[in-house]
Amino acid sequence: MEITFELGYALDTFYFLICGALVMWMAAGFTMLEAGLVRAKNTTEILTKNVSLYAIACIMYMVCGYAIMYKGGASEWLFLGDIMGSGAVAGGEENATYAPSADFFFQVVFVATAMSIVSGAVAERMKLWAFLAFTVVLTGFIYPMEGAWTWGGESVFGLYTLGDLGFSDFAGSGIVHMAGASAALAGVLLLGARKGKYTADGKAHAIPGANLPLATLGTFILWMGWFGFNGGSVLATASVESANSVAVVFMNTNAAAAGGLVAALILARILFKKADLTMALNGALAGLVAITAEPSTPSPLQATLFGALGGILVVFSILALDKAKIDDPVGAISVHGVVGLLGLLLVPVTNPEAATFSGQLIGAATIFVWVFGTSFIVWAIIKAVIGIRVSDEEEFEGVDMSECGLEAYPDFTTSRS
Amino acid sequence: MKLVTAIIKPFKLDDVREAISEIGIDGLTVTEVKGFGRQKGHTELYRGAEYQVDFLPKVKLEVAVKDEHVERLVEAIVGAAKTGKIGDGKVFVYDLQHAVRIRTGETDGEAI
Repeated sequence: MEITFELGYALDTFYFLICGALVMWMAAGFTMLEAGLVRAKNTTEILTKNVSLYAIACIMYMVCGYAIMYKGGASEWLFLGDIMGSGAVAGGEENATYAPSADFFFQVVFVATAMSIVSGAVAERMKLWAFLAFTVVLTGFIYPMEGAWTWGGESVFGLYTLGDLGFSDFAGSGIVHMAGASAALAGVLLLGARKGKYTADGKAHAIPGANLPLATLGTFILWMGWFGFNGGSVLATASVESANSVAVVFMNTNAAAAGGLVAALILARILFKKADLTMALNGALAGLVAITAEPSTPSPLQATLFGALGGILVVFSILALDKAKIDDPVGAISVHGVVGLLGLLLVPVTNPEAATFSGQLIGAATIFVWVFGTSFIVWAIIKAVIGIRVSDEEEFEGVDMSECGLEAYPDFTTSRS
Repeated sequence: MKLVTAIIKPFKLDDVREAISEIGIDGLTVTEVKGFGRQKGHTELYRGAEYQVDFLPKVKLEVAVKDEHVERLVEAIVGAAKTGKIGDGKVFVYDLQHAVRIRTGETDGEAI
């Protein structure tokens, strides 16, 4: 028995760590996707933002985020006080036990994912240091609070407990993706659109991205990292039951991305008469976000259809946000926010035991109101103190030179517009 | 006839274009140029090491107008291109001897 237990413990811990490393790699995916979809003159700054936000997220989650999210804010857990011990229960027979530090590692990369979503939406016009200041607050406080109410099992300010109301979010369509998009939306509303995005009479202009090979690579990296994101959220693999579940989750995650991509590609062909690659890429990501709330119960066909639904929704959402003058250079609010909500609402379709429509709606509303509201306040304070937007001249020259003093492609000729 | 040449900051090009169309002048030529003035370029830092940028990117505009329009045009350009900071640029006015519209063969006043 003892050996079986130890083997299970070792296997679950190992699995958790590998999945965490895959999710960490999603930071690279977001970075490449965003670097591909902004103009060349803003590339260095978006790269700087992405590597910095990842590092800040790791530090803030170590300082207080993890303690708030999973330990009720207990002061002995600040700076991960008790993390060094073993997760093995003496004589324990439960499966799904793993090293506490593996749990932290897996959770911390999710925080970074939520923050990565914000960076794309505010790209090309936000001040670097304003963004990094916001990163500190979101990763150390805003995200851990809503995480505590959901995965942490705490009640929302003592008022109600989401789990009891029939709320379920397997790997974070709402808790991670919609939360990141809510913070992004608040930032974009205070920041305004990029210069030249809208004409004087309000028509939206296209501002093409600089490097579509990078955007495509970024999408594939995210697609791959998502196996860790969803697969790791099974939290165990050292039993027949959990191993089966892990395999189903991998299969469905992949299926949903495929469905989303094909749906968006075809829809873009119908709407614009051209196969718009950027929409197809957004479609794949939308498929992934749509399945994230529940990848373990749908059949592969259902997963593909759910992904396709996400892929269709994301195209219309991007067009609608453009009309509403909400300028989101990479489509992050549509992919992660609008489709994140779709993902939550799809859970009761295949897993009615875990979730109800009303529970999902209350959960989504709770996450949105909290993250959007607090983010709006924090962005507004940063705007009042140091400002969040670069000057018109700096925006024209590109934030690479004004914020970083480096061009991404100094030996290339780049055009300014 | 005069030829008005202006060297301005690149990000002001749209504003100047709008200001010029507002006073009813249509047609201008734009060239991307580099140069320096009293500011003599500036220094940038790359990995902590300084390097000198001797020539700053600017945009050069050329507009040919009848004599009576010169004053309004110069005013419009200066008004739209001004930021009040160093490097706003300059406006030069030259006498223009002769002009021909290639398509029709019209000359001078008819051609601009």
